[in-house]
Amino acid sequence: MPTIKIPPVLRASVGGEREVQADGADVREILRSLVAAHPATESQLFSAEGELNRYVNVYLNDEDVRVLDGLDTAVGPQDVLVILPAMAGGI
Amino acid sequence: MGARELENRPCGGRYVDIVQSIGNTPLVELRRLSPKPGVRIWAKLESRNPTGSVKDRVARSLIEDAEEKNAIASGQVILEPTSGNTGISLGMICKLKGYPLKVVMPDNVTPERTQLLQMWGAEIVYSEGAKGSNGAVELALELAAGDARYYMPYQYGNEANPRAHYNGTALEILEELDSVAAFVAGLGTGGTLMGNARRLKEVLGDSVKIVAAEPMQGEPVQGLRSLDDGFIPPIIDLSLLDRKILVSNSDAIVWTRKLLDEEGIFAGVSSGAIARVAARIAGELDEGNVVFVVADDGWRYLSSGVYTRPLEEIENLESTLWW
Repeated sequence: MPTIKIPPVLRASVGGEREVQADGADVREILRSLVAAHPATESQLFSAEGELNRYVNVYLNDEDVRVLDGLDTAVGPQDVLVILPAMAGGI
Repeated sequence: MGARELENRPCGGRYVDIVQSIGNTPLVELRRLSPKPGVRIWAKLESRNPTGSVKDRVARSLIEDAEEKNAIASGQVILEPTSGNTGISLGMICKLKGYPLKVVMPDNVTPERTQLLQMWGAEIVYSEGAKGSNGAVELALELAAGDARYYMPYQYGNEANPRAHYNGTALEILEELDSVAAFVAGLGTGGTLMGNARRLKEVLGDSVKIVAAEPMQGEPVQGLRSLDDGFIPPIIDLSLLDRKILVSNSDAIVWTRKLLDEEGIFAGVSSGAIARVAARIAGELDEGNVVFVVADDGWRYLSSGVYTRPLEEIENLESTLWW
């Protein structure tokens, strides 16, 4: 079952866990499984239209799913989804 | 006496002042890092700009744009959020042009950045490090709002930022290479990626892959109260990116050293992350040129020990804002 890494800002909504496991074959199914288990995450992850909220970035292992196939990006059982808030950078 | 021959061509050019010498940086092949003979990896050494970073191009473009628009009123202070390098570049330019400069910078960057800013005469306002660059942007916007004393170029939302690359960096790359299979740069404000992506795709078509290397901010730098504190620079258009890849701080440092040890490139930590992604993309190709941007030099990270200490002995690895 894929693993989801939870950022500090979302941990209170998942009982303090740093990572959780959730079933599904693509990003949407897995995040919906997460929401089913931890309903407080729904309004933080998804917009009213069911899309990823603007300031939520989801990575399949280390690649941003927004530039892959978005919520339809396929996920294997050994994969890790990383949720991170959108942060500004500098360089 | 015979004619004197210039041994190293091209020569560095002749300029009326240091600001005019920004750009025209070398493109250096990194043969040892290339995983295959048919794939050539090229480093665009933006570290060779006057203050040692790619941000010289951006700062010049921001200030010249403001001057062309007569946007800076007499006596106004230039105010800008930065993780350091843009501030340092603005410091050099503002000093020469006589503009007072105030920068807002997170308090968890390396001490060299503070010294360099002080050296150029900039006033520094620190923002909370736990909020990363988001905190600097937020505070700068608050300070500038409705305060006529300030002119804020705002690199995160100003098209003059990507334009510096569209009209500079990308054209220089195209001058040297007939084809580019992939272009890899760090994602900060998005200026380097957007400007280069637009020009390279315009000239070479969609075959050129635009790849962003992105810092995986350590948990101490994810100190947001809620996701609503998130920030996406307005100049970023994600549709121009083909890949966006996270790099951890420790991988970035491992590759910063690899650049040094294997290729003799003394670069900053973000460049290590970018090199790592460039080598991965190179491994996925059969042939072609992979160009990546070395965003800054290593001098401003020396005190952190990233070049000399064992990885596990580097203090504040996760709480430092490296880029």
